[in-house]
Amino acid sequence: MPELSRRRALTTTVALAATAGVRTVVPAQASADPHHSPGTFDEVYKGRRIQGRPVGGHHHGTGYTVLVDGVELHVMRNADGTWISVVSHYAPVPTPRAAARTAVDELQGAELLPFSAN
Amino acid sequence: MTVRKNQASLTTDEKRRFVAAVLELKRSGRYDEFVTTHNAFIVGDTDNGERTGHRSPSFLPWHRRFLLDFERALRSVDASVALPYWDWSTDRSAGASLWAPDFLGGTGRSRDGRVMDGPFAASTGDWPITVRVDGRTYLRRALGGGVRELPTRGEVESVLTIPTYDMAPWNSASDGFRNHLEGWRGANLHNRVHVWVGGQMATGVSPNDPVFWLHHAYVDKLWAEWQRRHPDSGYVPAAGTPDVVDLGETMKPWNDTRPADLLDHTVHYTFDTD
Repeated sequence: MPELSRRRALTTTVALAATAGVRTVVPAQASADPHHSPGTFDEVYKGRRIQGRPVGGHHHGTGYTVLVDGVELHVMRNADGTWISVVSHYAPVPTPRAAARTAVDELQGAELLPFSAN
Repeated sequence: MTVRKNQASLTTDEKRRFVAAVLELKRSGRYDEFVTTHNAFIVGDTDNGERTGHRSPSFLPWHRRFLLDFERALRSVDASVALPYWDWSTDRSAGASLWAPDFLGGTGRSRDGRVMDGPFAASTGDWPITVRVDGRTYLRRALGGGVRELPTRGEVESVLTIPTYDMAPWNSASDGFRNHLEGWRGANLHNRVHVWVGGQMATGVSPNDPVFWLHHAYVDKLWAEWQRRHPDSGYVPAAGTPDVVDLGETMKPWNDTRPADLLDHTVHYTFDTD
């Protein structure tokens, strides 16, 4: 998607979210079962786009990528199926979406730096 | 011999010298190397893969060595300095002297979590957050914000009574002393303290807050207390465990030290209570 229209689309999504509150595009499967792979999600939470999707062959074998405004948030799955992220590393939550929302809360509007730069 | 003291009993001069040594490590760039190393391990240690610094039996000896390196760096600046420890089961409020302006400074302001007083406040210009995961370059805290209560002495006692050092599967799902102290199971000691402090302490780059060292010095002391109570219980696993550091295996990133070399803290330092 060309950059301009992508930005416009994001702006539109943010504007919609501002009037409609949190707007889930595809619901994540809320499950802490360690053998169950969580689904995808894509929503605007507190004005920021958070996305998650399973991926193959990802670093550390997490098998799942979370993005905040398009920037990768490093997440990790615990043995009991709970999740943590690099910005909330000592407090497990049930799903990758919960980890993304916790990250948005923690960031207080700050930009996330790309994982590769960490 | 280095004596690690309770932070609450430090003299004004001891606090001043500790702070000055930390600031000098920061100024020279050596401090941030410790932050980088910690973050590399915390994002690299996984429950089903290789795990060394966290969520594994070597959590305790790894941090003991990590703190020894930091303490040696401090002492290269000022040979009188030792790492103090923070007994968070006793000094459990934001009003503790630990958080006074002459030591670590207090909690962050509500708007953005920014620490506004003490030697590590961004306004001093002495404490830029350079190894970071987001755009914010100032030290942040939210004491008691992420979780209301620090662990109690009763909760500490309950963990110290656990007789087995660690158990299979040797990760965050394990029963045993190590994982209960680390906090992935049970009362939750170590992890909860990171969350209680908030700010960078709740993240993978937690050594950005100097309280990291005082927290881990107390976790390390609790390991020593546990050893004293359970003289017949030792570090496990002994050998042959994939992805896990056995008693006689060397640990990354040093590759020259084994858990077996780190079991006796008195070779390196003593505590004021020893």
